[in-house]
Amino acid sequence: MFASMTRLQRYYLYYTGSFMVFIIALAYLEQHGMPPRWIGYAFLCFTISMYALIGIVCRTSDVSEYYVAGRRVPAFFNGMATGADWMSAASFIGLAGTLYLSGFQGLAYVIGWTGGFVLVALLLAPYLRRFGQYTIPDFLGARYGGNAIRLVAVAAAILASFVYVVAQIYGVGVITSRFVSLQFEIGVFVGLAGILVCSFLGGMRAVTWTQVAQYLILIVAYITPVAILSYNLTGNPVPQLVYGQVLQQVTKLEDRLFDSPAEQEVRQLYRERADLYAQKIMQLPQSLNFEREQLSAQINQLKASDTQMRDIVALERQYRDLPHDPEQARARWENAMFSAVDRSKTPIHHGEAFPGDTVEEQNIMRINFLALIFCLTVGTAALPHVLIRYYTTPTVRQARESVFWSLLFILLLYITAPAYAVFAKFEVLSNLAQIPIAKLPGWVAAWAKIGLVSIEDINADGILQLAELSLNPDVIVLATPEIAGMPYVVSGLVAAGGLAAALSTADGLLLTITSSLSHDVYYRIFRPDASTQFRLVISKSMLLVVAILAATVAAQKPGTILSMVSWAFSIAGSAFFPALVLGIFWERATRAGALAGMVVGIVLSIYYIIRVEFDSIPWLGISGFSMEPWFHIQSTSSGLFGVLAGFFTIIVVSLLTKPDPRAASFLSTIRFRNGAE
Amino acid sequence: MVATAITHWRRTRRLTFLLILFWILVTFGLTWFARSINEIVILGFPLGFYMAAQGALVLYLLIIWWYNRQMRKLDAEFGIEVDED
Repeated sequence: MFASMTRLQRYYLYYTGSFMVFIIALAYLEQHGMPPRWIGYAFLCFTISMYALIGIVCRTSDVSEYYVAGRRVPAFFNGMATGADWMSAASFIGLAGTLYLSGFQGLAYVIGWTGGFVLVALLLAPYLRRFGQYTIPDFLGARYGGNAIRLVAVAAAILASFVYVVAQIYGVGVITSRFVSLQFEIGVFVGLAGILVCSFLGGMRAVTWTQVAQYLILIVAYITPVAILSYNLTGNPVPQLVYGQVLQQVTKLEDRLFDSPAEQEVRQLYRERADLYAQKIMQLPQSLNFEREQLSAQINQLKASDTQMRDIVALERQYRDLPHDPEQARARWENAMFSAVDRSKTPIHHGEAFPGDTVEEQNIMRINFLALIFCLTVGTAALPHVLIRYYTTPTVRQARESVFWSLLFILLLYITAPAYAVFAKFEVLSNLAQIPIAKLPGWVAAWAKIGLVSIEDINADGILQLAELSLNPDVIVLATPEIAGMPYVVSGLVAAGGLAAALSTADGLLLTITSSLSHDVYYRIFRPDASTQFRLVISKSMLLVVAILAATVAAQKPGTILSMVSWAFSIAGSAFFPALVLGIFWERATRAGALAGMVVGIVLSIYYIIRVEFDSIPWLGISGFSMEPWFHIQSTSSGLFGVLAGFFTIIVVSLLTKPDPRAASFLSTIRFRNGAE
Repeated sequence: MVATAITHWRRTRRLTFLLILFWILVTFGLTWFARSINEIVILGFPLGFYMAAQGALVLYLLIIWWYNRQMRKLDAEFGIEVDED
C-alpha cells in the first residue's frame, strides 16, 4: 500500500507522523516537568517553522505557479487545501460556542457552510475550471466584456475579503496572547509573519501546500479533545455517534433545572434590574446627575465617619467610573439593560427547533433560520478565495472531484462541532448548575480570570444558578481540554489548530485581494503590456502592503469585526452569485444586466445592514435612520434581499438590452470542450 | 459537433436542475418542518436536530458524488477528457 502512494502522499504521511511524534514527545516532557508556557512556545515554533519550510521550498517566479499553483494540484489535495482555506478561526473556535449558546438555531451555520458546496460543485466549479484563467473578475470580464464589470467585481472581492482577513489576524492575536502569553499586538505581528512566510515567496503554490499541512493539524486538534471527552463520558470515542444520548440527558436536566424556584428567582431579579436600567435611561440626564450626587454624598458621609480607607477608595473609584456624559451613560446602560434582559429570559432547550412562546415567534425564528441558511450557502458559493481554488486542478473532472473532497474534509469538523456543544452543555448542567460557588471546578476560575467566563451571585445564596453564569462562545473549544482534565499538551494542540485555521484562511484571502489588485486592476486594466517578471514584483509588493494594513487594523482590536465577517457572506453572495450563475446558465444575460445586478445587489445588502443595525454615523454627521427590519429578517441575512434583487435586476435589464453576440461562443467553450486547457 | 455539444449541455443542465431541486428540498423543505419531525427520535437525536446536524450534510456529499458519477459517464459518452487521469 505504501509503495502505491504518490510522492506527495508519502510526504504528507511523513509530516503527519513527525507531528504525532512531536506531540508524544511534548506529552512526555510535560510529565517530567516542562512548564506549560514552554509547551505553547514549542507548538508555535514547530508549526510556523513547518509552514515556513514549505513556503520556502515552494518559492516560485512563474505567473501561473504564483496565481494558480501551476494547475497541478490533484483533486484530493485541493480538497484538503480548500478545507483549510474555508475553515477560519470563527469555524474552529467560535462555531461550537455559538451552538452551545443557541442550540438548534446555531445549526443554520452547519447547514449553510456545508450546503454551499453543493452549489459550488454543480453550478460553478467545473465551468470556472474549464474557463481556466486566474481570478473571478477574470471570468466576469471574459463573459460580459468590458472593464467596468471587472472593477465592480474587484471592489466586491476586496470588500468581502478584507474584513475577513482582519478577523483572521485578530484571531491569531487572541490565540497567541492566550496560550503563549505574548502581548496581543505582538501576537498580531507574529501572525503576520506566519502568513507572509507561506504566501510571499511562493504565492498560490506555497499557500496550497501549507494549507494541506494546516488542514492536517487543525482537524487532529479539533477532534482529539472531544473524542477523549466523549470516551470519558460515554465510553465511546466517536462523539458524532453518541452525543444523541448525551443530548437526551441534557434535555432531562434542562427540564429539571429551568423551572426550579431558585432559577425563577434569579430571572426575576434580572428582570427587575433591566427595568431599573430602562427607567434610568428614560430619565437621562437627571438620573446621571442624581447618581453622581448620591455617590458623592455617600463618600462624604464615609469620610466624616471613621470607616476604613479601603471602602472609601472603592467608592471613589466607582465615582470616577461613572459615565462622563449622558451619551456615554445611555450606551453603557443600554448594554447593561440588554444583558440583564437576556439573562431574565427562560432559557431555550438545546434540541428545540424554532423556540418561541407563541406561534408567531416560532415563525419568526423559522424564517430567520431559513434566511440565514440561504445567505450562508449562497455566500459560500460566492466567496472568491474559495472559488479560485478550483482553478488549480489539472482537469475539469478533477475540479468536480475536488469539491467532493473539500466537502468531505470540511464535514469532519462541522459534524463534530454540535457534539462539542452538547458535551459542554452536559458538563455545565451537571457539574456547574446548582453547585456552591466555592466548589466550582478549577477551569471556571481560570477562564474567569481572563474574562471569558463570568459569574454573578445576584440572589446571594452562594449557589450558582444557570442565569448567573455567562460564557463567551470562544471558551467552549478552548476550555474543553481542561474540562475533561487533559494534560496541557492537548490545550497546546488546540491552540496550534486554531492558529492553523486562522493562518490558512488568511493566506487564501490575502492572495485573493492581491491578485485582484495586481492581476485585474494593474495588469488587465492599466498595463496589459507589463512583463511577467514585473507583474510578480507588483503582486508581491501588494501582498506586503495589504498584509501590513490588515495587521495594523487588527492590532486596533476593532470590536465589531466579528459581526462584520457574517456580513461578508451577504455582500459576496449578492455581488457574485447572480452574475456568475446567470452568466453560465443563461445565454441572454448581458453586460448591462450583470453590471446593474451586481451594483443593485451590493448596494441593497449594505443599505439593509446599515439601516437595521445602526442608527447614526457620527463621522458623516447623519443620524436617526434606523428602520424596522423587513419580514423580521436580521441584518446578517441581508443577502436574502441582495441576491434576489440581483437576480431580478439582471434578468430585467438583460431583456431590455440587446443580446450579446459573443456570449454563445464563450459559453460553448466553458460548457463543452475537449480536453482541459 | 455542434449538435453533440447541444445534447451534452441539455443533459448536463437537466441533471444539474434535478439535483439542485433535491438540494432545495433537503435544505429548505425538510428544515421548514424541523419542529414537527423533532418528535421522532433516532439514535437518541430528535430527527429535526439530527438532519440539521448530520443528515443533511451526508445528503450533500451524496449529491456531489452522484453528480460527479453521472458527469463522468456523460463525458465518457461524448468523448470529453477520456484520455486523461
